[in-house]
Parts: sequence; C-alpha cells; structure tokens
Amino acid sequence: MNVLVFLIPAAIALGLVGLYGLFWSLKSGQYEDLEGAAYRILQDDDIEKK
Amino acid sequence: MSASPDYSHFVKTDAEGRSRIDLAIDGITCAACLGDIETAMKRLPGVMNARLNLTSHRLAVTFEADRIAAGGLANALEAIGYRAYPYEQRQVEADEAARFSLLLKCLGVAVFAAMNIMLLSISIWSGEGASMPPETRDFFHFLSALIALPAAAYAGQPFYGSAWTALRQGRLNMDVPITIGVILALGLSVYETWTHAPHAYFDSAIMLLAFLLAGRVMDQAMRRKTRAAAGNLAALKGENALRFTPDAAEGEESLVLTPVAALAEGDRVLVRAGERAPADGVVESGASAVDESAITGETLGKPVGVGDNIYAGSVNGDGALTVRVTAAGHSALIDEAARLIDAASAARSGYVLLADRVSQLYAPVVHLAALATGLTWYFLLGASAHDALVIAISVLIITCPCALALAVPAVQAMASGAFFRSGLFLNDAAGLEKLGEVDHVIFDKTGTLTLPEPRVVNSAEIAPDLLELAGRLAHSSSHPLAIALARAARGSAPLPDARETPGLGVAAPYGDGDALLGSASFCDVESPGGDADASAIFVRMGERWARLLIRQTLRPDAVRVVSLLRDKGLRIGILSGDRAEAVAPVARELNVEEWRGGLKPAEKIAVIDELNAKRAKVLMVGDGLNDAPALAAAYASLSPIDAVHLTQTQADAVFLGEKLAPVAAALSVARRARALMRQNLALAIGYNAIAVPVAMAGHASPLFAALAMSGSSILVTLNALRLRGPGKGVTLLLRDAKGASGGPQRPAGLRGSAVAPSA
Repeated sequence: MNVLVFLIPAAIALGLVGLYGLFWSLKSGQYEDLEGAAYRILQDDDIEKK
Repeated sequence: MSASPDYSHFVKTDAEGRSRIDLAIDGITCAACLGDIETAMKRLPGVMNARLNLTSHRLAVTFEADRIAAGGLANALEAIGYRAYPYEQRQVEADEAARFSLLLKCLGVAVFAAMNIMLLSISIWSGEGASMPPETRDFFHFLSALIALPAAAYAGQPFYGSAWTALRQGRLNMDVPITIGVILALGLSVYETWTHAPHAYFDSAIMLLAFLLAGRVMDQAMRRKTRAAAGNLAALKGENALRFTPDAAEGEESLVLTPVAALAEGDRVLVRAGERAPADGVVESGASAVDESAITGETLGKPVGVGDNIYAGSVNGDGALTVRVTAAGHSALIDEAARLIDAASAARSGYVLLADRVSQLYAPVVHLAALATGLTWYFLLGASAHDALVIAISVLIITCPCALALAVPAVQAMASGAFFRSGLFLNDAAGLEKLGEVDHVIFDKTGTLTLPEPRVVNSAEIAPDLLELAGRLAHSSSHPLAIALARAARGSAPLPDARETPGLGVAAPYGDGDALLGSASFCDVESPGGDADASAIFVRMGERWARLLIRQTLRPDAVRVVSLLRDKGLRIGILSGDRAEAVAPVARELNVEEWRGGLKPAEKIAVIDELNAKRAKVLMVGDGLNDAPALAAAYASLSPIDAVHLTQTQADAVFLGEKLAPVAAALSVARRARALMRQNLALAIGYNAIAVPVAMAGHASPLFAALAMSGSSILVTLNALRLRGPGKGVTLLLRDAKGASGGPQRPAGLRGSAVAPSA
C-alpha cells in the first residue's frame, strides 16, 4: 500500500495541471471565439511572409 | 458618403500609446470573410493588428492614430463590402461575460474535485468488505476532505450568494436547499472522518455542485450569445449626424460626419431632407414637415419652423434644417414614456417564474420532510442521533433539486436556441414562459403590421421602362419618397448629370430630352387626384408619364400570420396612434374587428389594463416610442428590430427581418417549451416520489444517491433536447401553417435572416 503515497499525490497533481490549463485558457481569451479558431488554422498568411 | 466619419469618440488609447477601436461588422456570411477583413485591415498604413471574432462578429483594430483615422478603417471595410460601426461594450454584456467565466471556472474546479474524490470513493466502496484496512479508508476520507472543502468553497459561490440574497429578503429559492444540502453534507462528512466512521459524503456534495454548474454554464452560454448578437444589431443601427465643427481656420465651420453617441448638448447639426433627426433639439433655421411616425404612430407630416422642437427619430420631410441639440440621449418625450413605463411595469412585476413558483412550494416541503424523517428515526424508531442525522441528510441530498434545477434552464436554453434560428432574440427568460400563456394578441399598426419604410404600391400598373427610369432618377435625390423608390430599384445605376431642385424633383438629360421625377407641377402633368392616404410622385419622359403611389405597406406575410394566429384560438386586436382613417383599411385587410385609432400612450395602457382586469393574457407587439408603455403594461411583448431603443428594451423578445412570421414562431416555440418545462418538472417530481421514500427508509447508500441524481438529470436534459433538431423552430411553424391555411408560402429566409442579419 505504500505506493499510494506516490500515486495519489501524482493523480491530484495531474488533475491540478488540467485545472491550471483551463484557468490559463480562460484568461488568455481562448473561449472568446470558438468558431473563428477553427478557421484561423487554415490561413496561410504566415507562409507568405517567408 | 465619401467623407470619412469622425469616430474619434470611440477610440481608446492604451498604455503604450496605441489606439484601439472595436467595430461591429455586418455582412459576414462565411469563414472566408475572416481572412478578407483581416488582410484588408493589415494592408492599411498605420494598422498594427486586426483581429476578427467570428462568433460575435466584432473586429478589434490597433492602429497609430497619427497615420490613419478611425473613420478610414470603416471606409476601407465598406470598400470590400462590409458595413462597420463602432461598438461600445455595454455594462450588461461585460457583466454577462464575467459571470460566464466565473461559472466556467467553478465548473472546472467542481469537475476536478469530483473526479479525484470519486477515484477515492470508488476504492472505498469496492474495498468495503474486508480488503481495505480502516486506516487506509480514514486516510482516503481525509484526502477527500482536503480536496472537497476548498473546492466546494470555491465552486459553490454562485449558489451561496444567491441563497443568501434570497434568505435576507425573506424568500426561498432553488439555491437555498442546495446550499443547506451541500454545507450539511460536508459538515457531517468532516465529523464522520474525525470519528473514523465508515461513510463520508464528500462525493455526493461535490457531484451535486458539478451537475448544477453544468446546467448554469449551458444557460449562461446561450444568454451571452444572444446578448452579443443583440448588441451588434444595436450598434449597427447607430447613425451618423452632420455636425457643424469649428475649423482650424478662424471663423469657418465645416460639416463633419459624427456618430450620434458623440453629440453633446449645444452642438448644431444639419438634418437634410429625408434624414432622421439624431437628437432632440430646437430648429435654428429652415422649415420643413417632419414625419413623427416612429414616435407617435401618426403618419401625416407635422410642419416645423424656426424655434419649434424636433424629437429624435422623426424623419425630416423636404427642407434642410439646422438643429441645436437640447438633449442628447434623453428628452421630454422619452422621460414621459419612461414615467408611464415605470408605473406600468410596477403593476406587472408580480410575475414569478415557473421554476421559482415550484421551488417556493418545494423548498419548504424538502426541509420539512428531512426534518420529520430525522425526528421520526430518533424519537419513534430509536435510532441514534448520528444515524438519524445521516438519514435526514441523505433525504436532503437526494431531493436536492438537481433535476428540478436543470429541468427549466435546459428547456430555456433549447428554446432560446430555437428562437435564435427563427430570428428572435429573447430579452428575458421570464418572457418565454409568458409568451407560452398568451391568449390575446394586440398589434400596433405603423412599423409593426406595416413595414417601417413606405413602398411603391402600384408598380404593376406602370410601364417597366418608366419604373426603371424613376428608380435611376431617385438615386440622385434625398427626398423621403425618392429614397423609398431608390430602395425598390436597388441595383440600377443613377443617371449622370442629375440635378435636384429641393422640394420639387430631379431632372436629368436622357435620350433626346430631359427625364423628370417629382411633384405634379414639376413634371407639368395634371394630377388625377384620388387616393388620400398614399403620397404621389410623378415620372416623365418626353410625352409619356406615370404616377407612382407610395404608401406604408403591410409586412409581406401579415395577412397569413394574423389568420394563423386567429386559427390557433387567439383574439387579435389593433391599437394605433395613427388616425382612424389610416387604421381602418389595414384592419379590413387583416379581417380584424377589434381596432382603435388615434390613441395616446396612456389610452393604449387603459385598453390593455381593461383586458388585464378580465384576466386576459395580452401579447403586445409594437415598435414606436408610444408603444413602450403599452409593452410594459401587457402580459408579454414583442417588438421588431427597427423599433425605437427604449421600446426594444421593454419587449420580452425582439424579432428580425421584414416578415411577421417570427411572431407566430415565438408563440409556437414558447407554447411547446412551456409544455416541455411542465413535463420536466413532472419527471423530476416523479423521480423524487420514488427516491424520497427509499431515502426516508434509510436504504439510500451514497452510490445509490449519486446514480439516482445523475440519472434524473440526464433524463430531463434529454427531454429538453426534444425541442431541438435541425431547424425545428421553423418546422414547427411550417407544420402549423400547413394545418391552418394550406401553407403555400414557405417562410424562406427565416433561417438566413437569423444567421446573417442584413440591414
């Protein structure tokens, strides 16, 4: 059972990383435009610049 | 308009000295527009960044103010076919956005905690027999407490706040039993952990929060989308005024196109023929007749001269006026309407939402049942104080209105989606329930049953080439009738070298001679007279001439929608501020017997109050400033998107487009939504009727409680989904239309107008 001492904190830490991800994405405005983001990836204006 | 408008009022400067403006964009139809707009913006000199939000149709541009003016951005967009208008975020919308992100954070925390606690709880349940030593179980309980307590403190904020507000006002709402249930369950679990008892209920408390928050997030997301769309429409309706602005050169004044929102008291503006007055003011020079139909419903022009008052929203007839602004934003007329609205809505505010009505009955029952269960076990059945408390809490958790709290918001979210697809925006969730109960429909005439802009009514009798010529000439005039004509002839090119004689007509060289458009004397023809309520305009080419009759026309599907509503058993009436002679033909055409004309706002309220006293549930549909108090007095209300701002904010829902069909769709969807809400409430109560006795008997294990709770929540959500389906809002209407009138006309463009509102 000693392994629990590592496994449970590991599980919680992973959960916290996910939660931090949600807070970070909210703060950086990634939920502002859910439709636009899907099309933005298809734009290649960054290629033209090269 | 070739000159750049002055949008500097809307430009904000950030800490690094860059200027920033937000623009609402009209005309976005597909994803390709995203690239078009951003590229076009970035190519302009001085533009540093441009980012379009495809969900809210808003463009944020950062630029250097000394290299390009904000008005130039709008012109550049216009050049590639998009209309833009500066957008100022309203407080309501900012609040909604903040609330959405708080709810999403709470949901994230609750789901994180629920996952980790379930991980521990399931281990405890599966090791319950013998395999798990009590020390490990206590350790797991301790860990659960460590996760659950801070998580519940954070994720429960929306509930605790609202429950506290309700309690302080001496009311009970859904959030009260939720808060008590969560706090008691957590408190008991901490005690259990402390005393090394076998069961703790951290999982139930956190799961409850997670499910409830999911419902709230869903509701909020829909509300936010509606607000954004409504905000854009309001911004795009914003108009520009020609303001006299002192020039750098001494004593000179020039005319600058300025947004109405930037006008201040004492400014002088020029209102040309056919333009709308941007603010209340006093006429300084010029004489004209103004059409105040948007305000009073009266369609006959009112003559004004120097020193007369002119109200915002009235349309200038045929002379140019210089107006000194006396009140930007508010006016005597608006104040009067606001006073009537306050009085009328105070009388109406007794309305309680279905969910709150249920919870007002339900919450005390839950609390009493839990209390009675606990006392019964303790005193009559001889259970220990601890066991009695555990059973009482499990009753509270099981009955905790998980399903009940989801039952109504889930339907509301679906219904506002269906409204959205039918071209309707819901202002208030209560409106949905009220629309579903309506049994009387009262329409205003001007701008509601009729289109807000006049049209040519006898185009079928006129030679096509003359009609086309009239349209081309009309482009060169700013007279209201010519503007109506030009709109009908959209797409044709204006004639070169056209000269306008203000107040009389337009002439342009065409073929061998001149083509003329204007009054009978201007075209040198003898007016045949006749039709009193239509305005006549003449077109002449050589010896041939024609008379065009221009009049307020009914919305294209008004007759069909009114007869459809009548067939549904609703009583229809018309209350108008216009003259009785103008209302009579409309009432006759629509086959409406109960109509009255020439009513003042207070008289409209009186008629509605009379109906209210007879316990009729009245839906008022209106657009003018004079309708706003009546909308507030009526049980439910709708207004078209062209309505005066104050009127729109009074209406329960606002509809888009030229057609009246959304009114029928609103009633149809609302009735169905109301039925589904009742079904859902019945399902939730039925579930409780089964689960509560089990809990009272003391047989509800934590696992059972968790499963039962999720099961009932999923059931009501699925039931609410029945309102959805591809274009269900439209098909509902279609099916009704077929049943009633053979339904030959498909309400085409309904969906389209909802997706891409065209001006």
